Amino acid sequence: MALTGVEIFKLLPKTNCKKCGFPTCLAFAMKLAQRQIELDKCPDVSEEAKQTLGAASAPPIRPITMGAGDKAVKLGEETVLFRHEKKFVNPCVLSVGIKDTESPESVSGKIEDIGKSEIDRVGQLLKIDAVAIINDSNDAAKLEGLAKTVVEKAPDVPVIVCTENPDAAKQVLPLFAGKRPVLYGATDSNIDAMAAVAKENNAILGVRGDGLEAVSALTEKAKGAGIEDIIIDTGAVKGKDILEHNTFIRRAAIKKGNKELGFPVINFVQREDPLQEVLIAGLGIAKYSSIVVLSSAEKWKNLNLFTLRQNIYTDPQVPMQVEQKVYELSAPKPESPLLITTNFSLTYFIVAGEIENSKVPTWLAIMDCEGLSVLTAWAAGKFTAGKIAEFIKESGVENKIATKELIIPGYVAILSGALEDKLEGWKITVGPREANALPAFLKSR
Amino acid sequence: MAFTAPKETFSGKVYNVDIGLSDKIVNFGGANTLSFHSFEGEYTNKPAIAYEIQDIPPDDWPETVKSVYSSVGDDPVKWAKYCQDDLNASAIALRLSGTHPDNGDLSADQAAETVRKVFDNINVPLIILGSNHIEKDSEVLVKAAEVVKDKNCILGKAQETNFKTIAAAAMANNLKLIAMSELDINLSKQLNIMITQMGFDKEKLIIDPMCSALGYGIEYTYSVMERIRLAALTQNDVTMQQPMYGDVGMYVWKIKEVQAGEDAEPDWGSIKERSISWEALTATTLLMSGTELLVMRHPEAVKAVESFVDEMM
Repeated sequence: MALTGVEIFKLLPKTNCKKCGFPTCLAFAMKLAQRQIELDKCPDVSEEAKQTLGAASAPPIRPITMGAGDKAVKLGEETVLFRHEKKFVNPCVLSVGIKDTESPESVSGKIEDIGKSEIDRVGQLLKIDAVAIINDSNDAAKLEGLAKTVVEKAPDVPVIVCTENPDAAKQVLPLFAGKRPVLYGATDSNIDAMAAVAKENNAILGVRGDGLEAVSALTEKAKGAGIEDIIIDTGAVKGKDILEHNTFIRRAAIKKGNKELGFPVINFVQREDPLQEVLIAGLGIAKYSSIVVLSSAEKWKNLNLFTLRQNIYTDPQVPMQVEQKVYELSAPKPESPLLITTNFSLTYFIVAGEIENSKVPTWLAIMDCEGLSVLTAWAAGKFTAGKIAEFIKESGVENKIATKELIIPGYVAILSGALEDKLEGWKITVGPREANALPAFLKSR
Repeated sequence: MAFTAPKETFSGKVYNVDIGLSDKIVNFGGANTLSFHSFEGEYTNKPAIAYEIQDIPPDDWPETVKSVYSSVGDDPVKWAKYCQDDLNASAIALRLSGTHPDNGDLSADQAAETVRKVFDNINVPLIILGSNHIEKDSEVLVKAAEVVKDKNCILGKAQETNFKTIAAAAMANNLKLIAMSELDINLSKQLNIMITQMGFDKEKLIIDPMCSALGYGIEYTYSVMERIRLAALTQNDVTMQQPMYGDVGMYVWKIKEVQAGEDAEPDWGSIKERSISWEALTATTLLMSGTELLVMRHPEAVKAVESFVDEMM
């Protein structure tokens, strides 16, 4: 379990030698406790302290990076069960499974879908992160053929090689040399051979056991064989079992300091019915999957799952913000109305949504107020007449509109006088207090 | 070393709420554990799903969902019977949208008449929802409550600024009541306390912490719901032990992602599958955080959520 700064301090040399870059050992200890620095920055730390601290400072769920280069993705490192306690750290990796029994058209179609999956949403680029190649045929040559296609057509995408056949693994893994792939498929009957192949090829090892106890035994064996980076699968397929197993794993690792289960979880959620697949993948995103394996990457599915993952993994302590600018909703013309509000993402979404719903073309000026809502921003002095006037002038919007009229949120009606002083020649109109009154307001103009 | 599952049990329990009459009664709530955690506690009632209908035609609903009701949307009675008989709805939520001053301004008497007709023609439980206009709702819901006295319906929603009249109407007519606050656990608790201080039975109350659609603030609803449920279970807080309500259809079927065609948003894929999935995924995500009563619009989304629930039970 995690140690406090003072507990860590007791284990340090207490020489205040500054070699770690901090003025005192205590300052260094505090940084260690916050996991902002590594212990090896201290050159004089004793072996005993290293062991104690190493065990205690390791995150409860092992951080692992799969893939290499720009498209590498991080897994694990989670510290809580509920997102209101603290931000969930590394977003669930969405991967698409391709079986080596699929037709060449199906294979190239999926690879193409993965390559084109990137979408920009609220300033974040979201995409399918990985591909899982599945040795459904149990034929090493077929898996190798599929692997070669993936290497050729999607060379940068992180790969999960799924096979229970160590010989097939041995044949295929070198194709992904230097790309930090996952070798998934170590079970009770092949763990020694699979661990050896993973080690030889510097791969992450994916173990599958029937339930939590079996998985614990497998991770112990893998560690015994010198494998540190492991991902785990309890064999759960049904939604009920995924929830139960993932919850127990997260709790065991975080609350009980269980090291056998302190690894990222992979869930296979492929379904005949694509909508059911989305819903079970959604369960994985909300409830502790580090990787979900889907059967395909259709755009409509991607948009649903990317959005959920983005929402669940936002920082609950930091308001989501949208970019400051004048947004053009429903292709506004010079005579269209100009509204202003703050850049809190929820405010933006609700206001923009209501405006789009009204089908009235509108200029929507979104002002950077550090992600605060209208009343909070006003109270904090970030949504004031002076600042609004400055933003409107600098935005250049007045060259795009016919009449200089600015519609402000009803909650800050008090600003209208001051704004008319600061924005000379402008008419200030007070709009509704709540966004849901916007359609009626806009239509009645 | 044998592995012991780190089970957690709680001292608190969510109240069981029943709605409807005789053999069509629907129960929801009643769990003493987190959503679908039947592996460590009692989670026996499936979440309930009501089909949303309106007193006026669904002209402002996007095409994908409006087209489902094209032959019945002009008449709330036909619409309700279609949901009950053809779609196997286990409950109906009648939203009195046409009473909103900006949307037809139908009178409270007209609304009450619609409620009476719909109620008389169905046998599944009925949820009666206002148009979310603070003043008008107090008028409309009071009249609507009278026509379903003792019929075990739900009346909604009572909010901070109009709860007195609406809660009084629910109490006088022996109905269940939805109490809605805006995305804040403390506001929700405070509203529940004020309503129960009027003498309203805390076991007839349903919490609406305010719904949000996927991509439009669902993380706020999700976390507020998780916190409310944890307060109910771990702190045994009786003011937070009511089942929770998710007004999913209304929040989903107005956003851009369910309306933009593939020509406008080529990266978003099939509008039909995208939008139905949007409603279903919003619903299941809220179920994970604690919702027990959903109001939804598209039958394919409802069916998908029902299959999901079956898989989770």
